[in-house]
Amino acid sequence: MKWLLRALIGAGVVLAGLAALVAWLNLRGEESIPPDASPASFVSSPELVKRGEYVARAGDCTACHTARGGAPFAGGRAILTPFGTMFSSNLTPDEKTGLGRWSSQHFWRAMHNGRSMDGRLLYPAFPYPNYTQITRQDSDALFAYLRSLPPVEQPATPHQLRFPYNTQLALAAWRAMFFEPEPFKEDPAQNAAWNRGAYLVRGLGHCNACHGERNVFGATSESLEFSGGLIPMQNWYAPSLASSAEAGVADWESAHVVALLKSGTSPRGVVMGPMAEVVYRSTQYLSDEDLNAVATFLKGLPQTPPPAKPRKPIEYDPAQMQAGERVYGKHCAGCHGDSGEGVARAYPALAGNRSVTMASPANLIRIVLNGGFLPATASNPRPYGMPPFLQTLDDVEVAAVATYLRGSWGNEAKPVEPVDVLRLR
Amino acid sequence: MKQAHAQPPASRRFVRWALGCLVFAATLAQAQTQPPEAAASGVPDTIGQRATACTPCHGKEGRATNLGYFPRIAGKPEGYLYNQLVNFREGRRDYALMTYLVDQLTDDYLLELARYFASVDLPYPPPQTVNAPAELLARGRSLALEGDKPREIPACVRCHGEALTGVRPFVPGLLGLPRDYLIKQMGAWRTGVRHAASPDCMAKIAQGITPEEVAAVATWLSAQPMPADTHPAAPQPASKLPMRCGGLDVPLAGGTP
Repeated sequence: MKWLLRALIGAGVVLAGLAALVAWLNLRGEESIPPDASPASFVSSPELVKRGEYVARAGDCTACHTARGGAPFAGGRAILTPFGTMFSSNLTPDEKTGLGRWSSQHFWRAMHNGRSMDGRLLYPAFPYPNYTQITRQDSDALFAYLRSLPPVEQPATPHQLRFPYNTQLALAAWRAMFFEPEPFKEDPAQNAAWNRGAYLVRGLGHCNACHGERNVFGATSESLEFSGGLIPMQNWYAPSLASSAEAGVADWESAHVVALLKSGTSPRGVVMGPMAEVVYRSTQYLSDEDLNAVATFLKGLPQTPPPAKPRKPIEYDPAQMQAGERVYGKHCAGCHGDSGEGVARAYPALAGNRSVTMASPANLIRIVLNGGFLPATASNPRPYGMPPFLQTLDDVEVAAVATYLRGSWGNEAKPVEPVDVLRLR
Repeated sequence: MKQAHAQPPASRRFVRWALGCLVFAATLAQAQTQPPEAAASGVPDTIGQRATACTPCHGKEGRATNLGYFPRIAGKPEGYLYNQLVNFREGRRDYALMTYLVDQLTDDYLLELARYFASVDLPYPPPQTVNAPAELLARGRSLALEGDKPREIPACVRCHGEALTGVRPFVPGLLGLPRDYLIKQMGAWRTGVRHAASPDCMAKIAQGITPEEVAAVATWLSAQPMPADTHPAAPQPASKLPMRCGGLDVPLAGGTP
């Protein structure tokens, strides 16, 4: 029995060591907060509040922290994840249910280290793996802005997460593996615009929350930072920002990137679905200087080579193509043109459109099914819209028209099957 | 700036590996027990052209289709249509596709869309419901025209106009709508799925009547031919209404709050 005892002791030592290591990894890099830290000592100013409002826009805080039809920043919005449903917290300065008793130091620790005022580890649905990069000045400005809001008494809705994701232990393990508090570091080899763009895209903008690939633990990684991925639970594909076959902008004029993020439409493409929401709530409010910085950074991303052209041309089923052409002629050509040429500033061209030809047909199918308006932005306040065909076309017809689009006018992408449509209905 | 493919330190790699094994095993175990859950060329720069996005369900110019469920919106009062668009966006009405469509549209633009459909003046088709049982029709007629005083159920005509074609600018007409649509709306108010701005008078009324009465009144309404004048009636003072409704207090001049 000695061997068993030895094995148990050994296992115990390993576990204790592991626990200590996990604890250390979770708490490293934290500044100590004095026990009497309170909001009373925080000095705000109208300029700081204004700056904080801009930071809140750049971080798109309301996307999660304002419930549909609810008071701004009062939380309570359900966030669906593969691990269960989470509910955003109340950021208004209410004493009982909001951030009323938080000091700016506590707020900084939440943004930079991902820990709440009471010491709890926060779930990374709150994108602190990105926000950890923001500066203390921006954190304080955001804090000043949130403190300037009217307090709203709205208690938190408890998360509905499955075991083991609902435990602090699982969260500690996740953080030990995937999170490290890191301030943004300028790259001296790049210019100021690139660095500002990197700060906005990687930090506040948390673009890789959708545009990055996630592993089985729901974590994004640096090597697949902007390589595209299916947005969990939403079934929209966030295209790669580093590929000319998807949403890469390396060969775009900067002005077109700026136009897309400012108005939702540009000569090179338009935004729909979740990105329409990002433009509507966040990027349309950024300064031209900041949007140019974002463009500089995105244009400079290391490019992944586009997928190799198939050796043989893709074979399309003539019957499916004919059916697709009939649907196109009846429902689509009136706006998008007989040859998918589109109409400038109203209806996007479909010939050469990367949303049509991307490897994943998810967005194409969703747009045919659900239609949608471009966001009504200050510079495009009366956008045109696309009708939903959910009620009028069946799966076979949607697959046929999608295949027709992917195989016409120089487009060459794999056919779509009715079952692909069924999955996204 | 970190290198794109930089290796994490050995301590992190070990922790990732060790905890990865544990959590992955837990994930597998979990997975087995619970499944995871223009001013543009050729295209008119008009609000009508923009509103074509609404037509597959609501019909050309909002005149409804033969799909049989989606309501006609042509000629409904502008304030009513505007309130509904805002209600979809703010989650007071529950129809995912509508919410998705209006989610990134401003109050100003929604009002412009509402005014467009309100301005469409088209003839109505004959009523959908035919050959309904006389008893059901009689019960529905009595509720619509007289209400039920002891139970404080006002007659439909008290608010929706003597001719039931609605009252400008906020109260919708009840004729020319599919029976299924009417039943669904009353049902949604009964179960708390559909809301209007508070105080939600229709919720109170719908919760005060039985499902059989909902069916009766919906059947009678959907069986009525349109009167000679199909337009919503002129506004009436709120004091003449049997109850207060939050949807009637909405400013319509335009301007995003």
